Amino acid sequence: MSQKIKAAIIGPGNIGTDLLYKALRSEQIEPVLMIGVDPNSEGLKRAAALGLQICAEGVQGALAQVRQLGVQIAFDATSAYAHKGNCELLTPLGVTMVDLTPAAIGPFCVPPVNLNALNPAQLDNVNMVTCGGQATIPMVSAVSQVQKVSYAEIIATVSSRSVGPGTRQNIDEFTRTTASAVESVGGADKGKAIIIINPAEPPLIMRDTVHCLCADTPDQQAITQSVLAMLEKVQAYVPGYRLKNGPVFDGNKVSIYLEVEGRGDFLPHYAGNLDIMTAAALHTAELIAKYKQA
Amino acid sequence: MNLKDKSVILHDMSLRDGMHAKRHQISLEQMVNIATGLDAAGMPLIEVTHGDGLGGASLNYGFPAHSDEEYLSAVIPKMQQAKVSALLLPGIGTVDHLRMAKDLGVSSIRVATHCTEADVSEQHIGLSAKLGLDTVGFLMMAHMVSAEKLLEQAKLMEAYGANCIYCTDSAGYMLPDEVSQKIGLLRAELGSHIEIGFHGHHNLAMGVANSLAAIEAGAKRIDGSVAGLGAGAGNTPLEVLVAVLERMGATHGIDLYKIMDVAEDLVVPMMDQPIRVDRDALTLGYAGVYSSFLLFAKRAEARHGVSARDILVELGKRGTVGGQEDMIEDLALDMASQRKLS
Repeated sequence: MSQKIKAAIIGPGNIGTDLLYKALRSEQIEPVLMIGVDPNSEGLKRAAALGLQICAEGVQGALAQVRQLGVQIAFDATSAYAHKGNCELLTPLGVTMVDLTPAAIGPFCVPPVNLNALNPAQLDNVNMVTCGGQATIPMVSAVSQVQKVSYAEIIATVSSRSVGPGTRQNIDEFTRTTASAVESVGGADKGKAIIIINPAEPPLIMRDTVHCLCADTPDQQAITQSVLAMLEKVQAYVPGYRLKNGPVFDGNKVSIYLEVEGRGDFLPHYAGNLDIMTAAALHTAELIAKYKQA
Repeated sequence: MNLKDKSVILHDMSLRDGMHAKRHQISLEQMVNIATGLDAAGMPLIEVTHGDGLGGASLNYGFPAHSDEEYLSAVIPKMQQAKVSALLLPGIGTVDHLRMAKDLGVSSIRVATHCTEADVSEQHIGLSAKLGLDTVGFLMMAHMVSAEKLLEQAKLMEAYGANCIYCTDSAGYMLPDEVSQKIGLLRAELGSHIEIGFHGHHNLAMGVANSLAAIEAGAKRIDGSVAGLGAGAGNTPLEVLVAVLERMGATHGIDLYKIMDVAEDLVVPMMDQPIRVDRDALTLGYAGVYSSFLLFAKRAEARHGVSARDILVELGKRGTVGGQEDMIEDLALDMASQRKLS
């Protein structure tokens, strides 16, 4: 095994910590630095205990460590606003940013669908869309790879406990961003996204429904095969990604019912929506790392 | 119960909640005729949109016969005195829809969330208030939480800028005592400038009784629907409520005979099915399930041979909330395959 690519994680909250747990298992990525803004943060303490260097003065205060440690990839799990500043500081140092915020400075990336097409060797910033996007766009793409999809709609249902204040304050950003990526990455002519937050206890596991309207009569066999092949690709990095029902064919409509159970690394199992984001971000970074190693 | 001289603002739902019962297929002509009839009867507020609110047009909830823009543009210019409201569910509709509705002349925006998730409404309530619209926070499925929890969520909406807060019995599950308790606490604890509203469904035939309890406990705005046209067993039938309020000496501003005629001559003839407490609608009220699931469960029964009542009971057990219509088909498929196995 060639040398691992060194990575920093910005944002030692739930997402950043779950990502750290996953990255510690990676064959390609070595997490070396956790960057936060609060010296008393539990997440920073946890990262230090796991052997990472830490910095509590934001990215500005961490630049010397980034250089000294040879960090080549940075995961940003802060906010869209903070990401802009982080990006301005790190991109000139040649660090590739994997952006889990809604900032979308870089192109949308749903790894099994479009990462290879994004030219990973040259990328300096990729955006991970939204949790709902990561869960559903592979299936929209699975259908649109077979035949023209004139309209695709996704419904993401997530447990109340797994939705943080940032998403709540700007829930329109979720619907807009996801709908836009259903079109640009999923390959549908028109996209729509709906998010439902459910407070049931015990919390429900993330579930997603994908409806596609094909321009012509759906080729049932080809679409079913394509959906099952895509399922395997996503399961390679999200083991709890499951096809519950479908594809169901009704006229030109194709419906796919999914469930996403998290691995429970740091976040609870029901929070498949958060798990699929951290898993997709790490998977993206691992593919980028292969180009950096080469 | 003494409601003498209590002043009530009635709000008609037939052209929004009624869209559920019509699979969102009300024609522009029907919309305009009913709205005009209600306007002439003195109805102060009329809601017009897709059943699931602005932006509800979808495969999940059903594509409507016309867009929200078309319905609002057709109805609003015809109104003499009635104001038109639009519903918006964050997660389905966005602030772009809200701006569109305002530009078309909507006077009142009702931002609806599940009763524990009020904090997703901050941007929509904030913008609506900033635009100078009558801004309502609409807490759905209110039977699922205590009065104290409902108040906590109502206070969030008040802080975002709402001038009216609704206790919404989306499942038609509540009984009058619960309505009294919830409305009473909201009235006692929210600012005196905040109006309190109640939205009922008739699944346990409690629409009128619950509305009276709400008024007695301090609600100023009451939702209902002419001829009851709405999801489940419908909303509180407004012509009935008006007759009752009339007898009790409450002030409502509606011409009873005119609204009776709108119900009988315009709304009943266009119903696809009688709006009544059939066994499935009754199950909604009994099991505490979102009323617009009714027709979806009936369709799943027809397609997969699984009882709609069994589907609805199971949805209730799982704590399903408004908007989860996609769960019905998924669950029916599971139930059908389990039956094959056994």
